[in-house]
Amino acid sequence: MSTPRIGVLALQGAVAEHARALQSAGAEVSTVRRPSELEGLDGLIVPGGESTTMARLAAPVHLMEAIRERHAEGMAMFGTCAGMILMADQILDAEALTGFERIGGLDVVVRRNGYGSQLDSFTGALPVSGLPGADPTPLQAVFIRAPIIESVGSEVEVIASWQDRPVAVRQGRVLAASFHPELTPDHRLHQHFVQIAGARLSS
Amino acid sequence: MTTEATTPATEATGATAVNTGLAQMLKGGVIMDVVTPEQARIAEEAGAVAVMALERVPADIRATGGVARMSDPDLISGIIETVSIPVMAKARIGHFVEAQILEHLKVDYIDESEVLSPADYVHHIDKSKFKVPFVCGATNLGEALRRITEGASMIRSKGEAGTGDVSEAMKHIRTINAEIARLTSLAEDELYLAAKDLQAPYALVKQVARDGRLPVVLFVAGGVATPADAALMMQMGADGVFVGSGIFKAGNPAERAAAIVKATTYFDDPAVVTEASKGLGEAMVGINVADLPAPHRLAERGW
Repeated sequence: MSTPRIGVLALQGAVAEHARALQSAGAEVSTVRRPSELEGLDGLIVPGGESTTMARLAAPVHLMEAIRERHAEGMAMFGTCAGMILMADQILDAEALTGFERIGGLDVVVRRNGYGSQLDSFTGALPVSGLPGADPTPLQAVFIRAPIIESVGSEVEVIASWQDRPVAVRQGRVLAASFHPELTPDHRLHQHFVQIAGARLSS
Repeated sequence: MTTEATTPATEATGATAVNTGLAQMLKGGVIMDVVTPEQARIAEEAGAVAVMALERVPADIRATGGVARMSDPDLISGIIETVSIPVMAKARIGHFVEAQILEHLKVDYIDESEVLSPADYVHHIDKSKFKVPFVCGATNLGEALRRITEGASMIRSKGEAGTGDVSEAMKHIRTINAEIARLTSLAEDELYLAAKDLQAPYALVKQVARDGRLPVVLFVAGGVATPADAALMMQMGADGVFVGSGIFKAGNPAERAAAIVKATTYFDDPAVVTEASKGLGEAMVGINVADLPAPHRLAERGW
């Protein structure tokens, strides 16, 4: 099987951290700031950062629409924090994103900054049930001004929860987390994503 | 990769991880000085990753003189209510009570800033006592490492605020880059003397020598006034830029702000930076740093 090619959306945010995690998970990594850079990608990570900033930078080059098209053609997607907001089908408190194109495709309802301000940011050890393999080690998760997943659709599988709320989910070729797996050395979610993105290479 | 000079992926957990982590989320972005909720709204609309609340922008502090302090708590709360992006606010160097007030107001980051009048000419705030993260200015590597030792989660090079003259920002980022590069070239047993010369803890010096970068995010500030200035700082290896007087002391602040955001993301693409530079009208008038008498240079505050 050839190596999956994964892009990281590099308009703004924690790009280098995701790139390093992907490299250690065995992917070939590139950055994406233009629609042409989506060519040939098996997967795309939309990182944490400010969703308002990314949506505004994407608009003039129609990057969100291009990502949606490539996803429809088979490209997998992984959104963390702001990236998950941009993939959510419904956003509460979305005033600052009004009028800007988003990616969509994940049947969840999220609330921006739902966990509060920076003083409410926290870390926690998450039990993970939905990852392949039988590693029972909890996942260290860093939540930074994180969005809350208020509800999930029937097609959405919950991979991890924190205080009875889903914080990592999967719907087919879309993976999303409200925390930052790129900031910790445990790369199981990235490995999972590389497998999802690479599945079509072996089929 | 577009952002090579970044923090290691293996960070400590807890307060350190969430506070240095927030700075990592701001990378590749522009943080804009604002003095009113209306300006904060314009900044968010233009694509700022965060806003910095202060009483007067540095150019006005220069023009009107007097003691510059933390801004009015009502104004800061008004800005927090107005925007959805992180809100930073400035406290005077060493003024730990202003910092306590800002933490109580739930700002997302405190800037212990030389732009305001220092409250203590000897000691900086003990930032490790706070849960809220701090960003601090630095003109060189030793200063940056002393601030990190005191608990800063993010560093910005100082430049010379309120001038619109990017030369000091250039000098400081070049200095920091050169001092980091020198550390990476030293033998391990030479790092003890390097720590002594930098007046910084040996453990941090050793870490910088090993990683070839600061252990926290490094933004550039002070004198950035145009899209080209922002792109210049990004090509010098900055993780992002602060723009102070450059936006709201210029004509068309909304357009200029959006153009600087664009030039920061596409910093290595002259076609985009050229396009972003067009039709912005007058930039801030500016002052040449060389014309500023030494006692009026803000970068010399902080130790």
